[in-house]
Amino acid sequence: MSTLHVDHLSSGEGDEDAYRLAEAESMTPWETHATLDVVGHGHARLEGPEKVTGNARYAYDVRLPGQLYAKVLRSPHPHARVKRVDTSRATALPGVHAVISGEDAPEIPFYENTVLFERTVRYQGDEVAAVAAETEDIAADALRLIGVEYEPLPFVVDLEAALRPGAPNVHADGNVAGEPKEYERGDVEAGLREADEVIEHMFTTQVALHNCLEPHGCTAIWDGDQLTLWESTQSVFTVREQVAEKLDLPEHHVRVIKHHMGGGFGSKQIAWKQSVIAALLARRASRPVQLMLDREAENLAAGNRNPTQQRVRIGAKRDGTLTAIDVRIHQAVGAYMVGGEGSNTTGIYQGLYRCPNVRTEQIGVFINTGPAVAFRAPGYVEGAFGLETAMDELARRLEMDPLDLRLKNYTGEDQVEGKPYTLPDGLRHCYDRATRAFGWRGYERPPNNGAKRRGVGIAAHSWMGGSGHPPGYAWIKLNTDGSVEIITGTQDIGTGARTGLAQVAAEELGVPLDQVAFHLGDTANGPYAPASAGSATQATIGPALRAAALDAKRQLLEAAAQFLEEPVARLSVGDGKIHVEGEPDERATPIAAVTGSIAPHMIQGQGARGPNPKDKTVRTFGVQCVEVEVDVETGEVTVLRVVAAHDCGRIINPKLVDSQVIGGVTQGIGYALTEERVVDAASGIVLNANLEEYKVPTVSDIPPIQNAHVDMPDPEANTTGAKGIGEPPVIPTAPAIGNAIYDAVGIRLHDLPLSRPRLLMAMESGKGEEARA
Amino acid sequence: METDRLPAVLHVNGDEHPLLLEPRRTLLDVLREDLLLTGTKKVCDMGDCGACTVLVDGNAMYSCLLLAVDCEDRSITTIEGLARDGRLDPVQQAFIAADAFQCGFCTPGQIMSLRGLLDVTPAPSDAQIERAITGNLCRCGAYRHILDAGRLAITLEAAQREKNDVHAAR
Repeated sequence: MSTLHVDHLSSGEGDEDAYRLAEAESMTPWETHATLDVVGHGHARLEGPEKVTGNARYAYDVRLPGQLYAKVLRSPHPHARVKRVDTSRATALPGVHAVISGEDAPEIPFYENTVLFERTVRYQGDEVAAVAAETEDIAADALRLIGVEYEPLPFVVDLEAALRPGAPNVHADGNVAGEPKEYERGDVEAGLREADEVIEHMFTTQVALHNCLEPHGCTAIWDGDQLTLWESTQSVFTVREQVAEKLDLPEHHVRVIKHHMGGGFGSKQIAWKQSVIAALLARRASRPVQLMLDREAENLAAGNRNPTQQRVRIGAKRDGTLTAIDVRIHQAVGAYMVGGEGSNTTGIYQGLYRCPNVRTEQIGVFINTGPAVAFRAPGYVEGAFGLETAMDELARRLEMDPLDLRLKNYTGEDQVEGKPYTLPDGLRHCYDRATRAFGWRGYERPPNNGAKRRGVGIAAHSWMGGSGHPPGYAWIKLNTDGSVEIITGTQDIGTGARTGLAQVAAEELGVPLDQVAFHLGDTANGPYAPASAGSATQATIGPALRAAALDAKRQLLEAAAQFLEEPVARLSVGDGKIHVEGEPDERATPIAAVTGSIAPHMIQGQGARGPNPKDKTVRTFGVQCVEVEVDVETGEVTVLRVVAAHDCGRIINPKLVDSQVIGGVTQGIGYALTEERVVDAASGIVLNANLEEYKVPTVSDIPPIQNAHVDMPDPEANTTGAKGIGEPPVIPTAPAIGNAIYDAVGIRLHDLPLSRPRLLMAMESGKGEEARA
Repeated sequence: METDRLPAVLHVNGDEHPLLLEPRRTLLDVLREDLLLTGTKKVCDMGDCGACTVLVDGNAMYSCLLLAVDCEDRSITTIEGLARDGRLDPVQQAFIAADAFQCGFCTPGQIMSLRGLLDVTPAPSDAQIERAITGNLCRCGAYRHILDAGRLAITLEAAQREKNDVHAAR
């Protein structure tokens, strides 16, 4: 899971085995100002033609002879005992080929000491039974014929209520999930006494739903005792390992394939129950079974961003120097810790600013709702809202420019580990690039336009991910005709990883990108790669691929030396040709001549990801500035423009980085203003488990977003100097918008989303005037 | 169940498909399950997201809100029907050039909405482009690039028209 990998790398402990392959002696990082032929250029995505023609095959698009479609019956109650399940009428329905429920399913262990079909359901959406039928409609008919007798139990769906004495227990041991996470450096109470100003507030953040457009699910196929899963997943190897374990199969009897997926955003890193259910149904029916969640199930039972309550105290001297940061956080994990939740909400409080006295505490809480899982920069998005809103408030109190307060407390080192960052000025460059491109200094507020007021806001972030980590492997084959095939078990979850990674390999090999084919997302076809999570794919597999390319290039040059009767030392590869030192380019020999000369022998390169530095910490950073317009009569907030600057090391492909930035900011705008899962406290039922009432942004909600490229290679991070950019752009958007709202109308909102009712109520109660004073 | 089915002929991407259909089945499910045209995506199945957009008699429509039996004798174009002889439609070309997608799951619907617009309005304004895709959600957040793609498609299409005209004049 993302946290695990990221912790692993931040401690600098690499897998020693990772050295074994070509990484070895001579692989030095590309120099910061190196002129590169393929890397750094905005090549179009390799998979573009597949995706624009509808030919890209997603898990949902697998169509096989005899294939069945499966659906899952889910609990309508937030907490109940399942007393009896009668599937006889469903089984008898023509077109139904398999039915499974707790009455007849194997007792396969799942999270929190429960089993696949648990006799106690703990949230609306918990799995009760499933059917496989010839069409989705027949499967839906069959679900309606299943009779279930429930005994409703007391439930709790509110984070605060779950911790009160006497609250209904979600699990027998109470509602505290796992161990509290505590951290302290210095003396916080002394720091607060030393402060001239102290900001103290409770911040709350809502549940956000991933709403990947392709739902979770898979198509399961048995060939004898071999199981193949076409799965919509960010981690084919994790799904293989977990499904093999659940079904008691050796790993080589399970193959997991993912060529394309319709979004994951952190929610598709594990084998969810439906993958095991699909495999069991397919075995019972002796036919392929496709089990994709419907939109309601996707919103109830496939993960969410955990809600938080953050009690924050921040102290500073008159000149802005921070003296203490103290935060106590409660966050709901839902009914189960399924793995992959990984929300470190305290991380940003510990690291973004220089501060000698910091104390953080994070407590997970069970409630009777669907399980929380990682969602794009888990924890940092939630934490950034509290911290960066409080910092803005502090700046106002101190009558400082919010930018100056941040620069005053700048740090270039990892204060938790006591190590410098590999790129200590990374964040400083983000401040510089974002505020210059935005025109932060000298911003002139236009005069009020009727009820409309303009304002600007800024927020920064650090992120524990983006650095990549061992292990991760890649292979390269040179075909007889000189074309190149890359094989790795990693995933492209929609970020364009295929293209960015292929650029690294093409660069090192010295071939144009159109000579490269990329094979990924198949456990049976390529070496291990970790989950595509933690913004890790480019920074993990990129260096492995570069090593594999170097390995292949060495072999190629040895073959070329024989073919050309020249010493290896005089040879190099560029633009798909072998060049001899001192000879004109037009006499260069195409690679195909060399690979053809050794046919049918072939060149195979292997590469591994080396360890991260031990004495430094790799991090990613970013800064965003926004301008908003607030209508004081309607409470409507319109974001007018966003400028983002993010440190992702060397930019491998500027076009793809732009896409990640506009995508992250777009999600950030939804999180800030409109997205919120609403649960009815009286019934425990989710009221908006659909795309009608759960408001993700539309095209009309999104203003121009400028990516102010930072492009500072981080050569100490890894041999490509590139870091991840998948998650970071969503982190600072919500607090930047909140701070801009304050700038516009003098209203400080401490709760997400920054909705119209909240803003109107706050203006009504005159809190704005207080805040201005 | 055979008695519950009605004969219906669907005209999809220029091909005729005689089918026997339950009246309740949506055009979306029939395209995906019976005709194996899986480029049209199923996301919300209730008219909220636009991923299932196809052209019906030239109009961009949500195929999850149409009954297949109601589409008899209507001309249906799906994403699979745009490229000819391996040559991409200008809207498709523009999506690649502008990097107007990430995961790609909403992409067929976005492209069909814009195709529907350009068929009727060859030189739409920015506001018309935006309006054409307000009913197409993109969770990866590619909207700004999709707008760019819409503008670029106008240019590519005009260039292609010009080329075709020159060709025809010869």
